[in-house]
Amino acid sequence: MIKQSRRKETWRKIKGAIVLILCLTGIVLTLVSLAALLFDAFQQGLPWLDLQFLTSFASRRPEQAGILVALFGSIWVVGLTALVSFPLGVGAALYLEEYAPQNRFTSFIQLNIANLAGVPSIVYGILGLALFVEALALGRSILAGALTLSLLILPVIIIVSQEAIRSVPATDRQGAYALGATRWQVTREVVLPQALPGMLTGTILALSRAIGEAAPMIAIAALVYVPFTPTGPLDRFTVMPIQIFNWVNQPQSEFRGLAAAGILVLLAVLLSMNSFAVFIRNRYQMRGR
Amino acid sequence: MKSNRQALRRREWIVEKLLFFAAVVSVFTTLAILAVLLFEAVGFFGEVSIVDFFTGTKWTPLFRDQHFGVLPLVWGTLLVTAIALGVAVPIGLGSAIFLSEYAPEKLRKTIKPLLEILAGIPTVVYGYFALTFVTPLLQVIFPEMIIFNALSAGLVMGVMIIPMVASLSEDAMMAVPQSFREGAYALGARRHEVALRIVVPSALSGIIASFILAISRAVGETMIVSIAAGSTPKLTLNPLESIQTMTGYITQISLGEAPFGSLEYKTIFSVGLTLFLMTLAINLVGQWVKKRYWKRY
Repeated sequence: MIKQSRRKETWRKIKGAIVLILCLTGIVLTLVSLAALLFDAFQQGLPWLDLQFLTSFASRRPEQAGILVALFGSIWVVGLTALVSFPLGVGAALYLEEYAPQNRFTSFIQLNIANLAGVPSIVYGILGLALFVEALALGRSILAGALTLSLLILPVIIIVSQEAIRSVPATDRQGAYALGATRWQVTREVVLPQALPGMLTGTILALSRAIGEAAPMIAIAALVYVPFTPTGPLDRFTVMPIQIFNWVNQPQSEFRGLAAAGILVLLAVLLSMNSFAVFIRNRYQMRGR
Repeated sequence: MKSNRQALRRREWIVEKLLFFAAVVSVFTTLAILAVLLFEAVGFFGEVSIVDFFTGTKWTPLFRDQHFGVLPLVWGTLLVTAIALGVAVPIGLGSAIFLSEYAPEKLRKTIKPLLEILAGIPTVVYGYFALTFVTPLLQVIFPEMIIFNALSAGLVMGVMIIPMVASLSEDAMMAVPQSFREGAYALGARRHEVALRIVVPSALSGIIASFILAISRAVGETMIVSIAAGSTPKLTLNPLESIQTMTGYITQISLGEAPFGSLEYKTIFSVGLTLFLMTLAINLVGQWVKKRYWKRY
């Protein structure tokens, strides 16, 4: 009897160890994959990453090729995307949280936003191609790309902005209303200032997702050689993810190195955007205390 | 005084309408997606029978002998998704259990940002990783494997969705009240028993919702398969072969392989509609599961 229960106890111990090992394996495999991915990009890309790479146009000769046009294209597209998506997203969030009546239409809008967030990005590319490039005759321009990306990240911006608005205490609003402030005055003077850091952080993170998007941008910009840096929103363009995709698909191995160097530049841009978002968040939290 | 108040009231009215407009943009986006896909797909189905499209087993729009059966593309998508889930579900769930039940707070706070980095890496980078790192590695094991194959794309896609499964599942597990665990410990349960018999079952709806969202992400993922999975649509069970997914096909046509307005060009809208409806259905099921079985402790 005692022997049996002791055996059972040992078996439980072994089982516990197995579960722990399996779970540990999971997390270790995840981190090893991340390390391998970064190692691969650095090992292949660093030899190609120099000033010449940053300041040159794309070229058929790998040693002369650079990412300048794509880097400018990305900055243009994301800048315009920010101008369009931030006011729209914040406006929608303010409407839903501060203005909207609690009815069926409002909950339909809310459900719709949740569903839009799950639509594959390539579908937004098809939408942009048909709507902006063709129907509105914007052509394969920066503006068409920026409008497409704006629609893509709008649901995310709305959702994070709503969360930021909800964190504003109700008592602050009630105090302002009690003093006779109108709805817009309360929204502008009480809600917005407190919610703004959260909105900005969320928007920057959404934009950093937009800058890495390749699929919808390929549908809008296609794979073309752009021999100039853009000067206006109606110019043709390419962006870093397209350029990387282009280089990955070249058969010569030198282009793989270029792709890796492009990846390093893209990751550097992403890292600085994310750091900026974290900076805003921390600064705001400091003041809150 | 009176005109002042009137101006104020008018401004209130204008602002409310502007904000309402911003909120309605999202509804217009959905309508526009549906309108574009349906309009172009109707044109397409005027030339190709809808029955042939959904039941045909050959997809060769760019060949002289044209066939428009979407099944090989759907199959390719499902094959890669299955491989990706085979990676992401066990590893993501294991990571989540480790983070929520085993890891000390300090370790948890170090690992979570690393998961966020993994989640923030652009998919084109994963595609590069699949083609230049994972495929050569797999070729050591399977020497007969060609460069473009479903296995490598699926494995890397799995890595891509691990953070999503891990963090959503972990959120669900962290929401299980501490008293549940304490009760089990008081009865003499071991840590793994608490994790597997108390926490995981209590958090099951959130965990399953994370799997469903992962399926939707995998079905819609484009760049990894465009770069690493090849462009030969076929009905095969062999993951070592080159295949094509719906998203991969749309990218191929977007790159300019078919003339504007041609029948081949219109295929991206019918394939896009199929993709849109599939992901919409998956997302709705996910939301339903979360709502239906959501327990507030």
